[in-house]
Amino acid sequence: MPTSLANRFIDGLWRENPGLVQLLGLCPLLAVTGTFVNGLGLGVATMMVLMASNALVSMTRRWIQPEIRIPIYVLIIASLVTCIELIFKAWFPALDRTLGIFIPLIVTNCAIVARAEIFASRNTVASSILDGLVMGTGFACLLMAIGAFRELLGQGSIFSRMDLLLGGEPVLGIILTDGGWLLMVLPPGAFFSLALAIAAKNAIDRRHREKRGTLSRRPRLLNR
Amino acid sequence: MNNHPILKSGFTLAIIAAVCTGLVAITWQLTNAHISANQQAWLERSLQPALSGLVFDNNVTESMITLQPPHGLPGSEAATIYRVYAGDRPVAALFLVTARDGYTGPIRVLVGINVNGSVTGVRVVEHRETPGLGDRIEANRSDWVLQFDGQSLHDPEPGGWAIKRDGGQFDQLTGASVTPRAVIKAIRETLQYFEANADTIFATRADADVQELD
Repeated sequence: MPTSLANRFIDGLWRENPGLVQLLGLCPLLAVTGTFVNGLGLGVATMMVLMASNALVSMTRRWIQPEIRIPIYVLIIASLVTCIELIFKAWFPALDRTLGIFIPLIVTNCAIVARAEIFASRNTVASSILDGLVMGTGFACLLMAIGAFRELLGQGSIFSRMDLLLGGEPVLGIILTDGGWLLMVLPPGAFFSLALAIAAKNAIDRRHREKRGTLSRRPRLLNR
Repeated sequence: MNNHPILKSGFTLAIIAAVCTGLVAITWQLTNAHISANQQAWLERSLQPALSGLVFDNNVTESMITLQPPHGLPGSEAATIYRVYAGDRPVAALFLVTARDGYTGPIRVLVGINVNGSVTGVRVVEHRETPGLGDRIEANRSDWVLQFDGQSLHDPEPGGWAIKRDGGQFDQLTGASVTPRAVIKAIRETLQYFEANADTIFATRADADVQELD
């Protein structure tokens, strides 16, 4: 893999992770991450919307007057989310019943408008799709990590109800203990988990910089 | 037409809006059949637990009555009754009702009642109760909801239609008492409604899809 491509992936997954660093899209992040499968489902849906919206925004970037770009982003994103919702209803009806009310909320995920504005509106189509892929992957990984963490502590199980995505009979997943720490399944658990994830990332980054002796260098916040 | 910037912007917006609408329309065309098939299949599957052991020959999902409030059943939104027949003989009625007094909002409950007044099956169809506590009213999380099978309004006595903590005869759920109370109350009220209205419910066979009851 060329270094630039590897770099882009490291940006999306770590250095500029939409959830961990840019702190975008926290509403779905906190709302759906009660279990691993919910995190995976919404993560994949968000990634699909992000790639498609980046592609469309990039394709139309030459015709769009700057004054009306935001309503156009909203139009594009809203239509794509409606399409994704219909696709979920048609092919993943069980997951749609769990994630149902959160899929329309992808529209309000500011990570998507942010990537359209920051990246797709000034880069080529291919590069924008790649950006959607890496940023979407970073967001989905965070959703899955937090989902797995909360499910493990809150319910004592992992990968429960994977049938919602994969089809087949209800799967109870790997049950480690019966019941768990209820708080982690409730909304406060989402805040605690996200805080722990951000703290862990900062700690790892700091240790890494200390090792390299470049403590003075501040992390970049956004793509230019 | 001149090149006034507002006209130009309006034109661009109109084109993008048309393209986006087209995109949604095409997706809807492609998925519509799947979605309605899914909804039908889901309805049939969710009625199944209340139908087990019954002998019947009509299409249950088509023998539906929708009751607009006020209807005397639990819940302030529309309630649905599916009637089950063998020939012209009534077999059972399945009620989709709403328990209003759940811990975090309404609980949709499916209650199947045999023509002799006993419960054929109860399932919680939709709820937002606390994960790990109240959500054990779901059949795939615990067998709490199975204890109503075969019970009727007079067995146990009406006072027995409560959780044990309230002097009734049904199990509670550890850490949650509001949720089971709400579900049990909804079942009891549905049984009472059935006892009072069974004749009207079964009066016409499955021909009319929607009709009004008093």
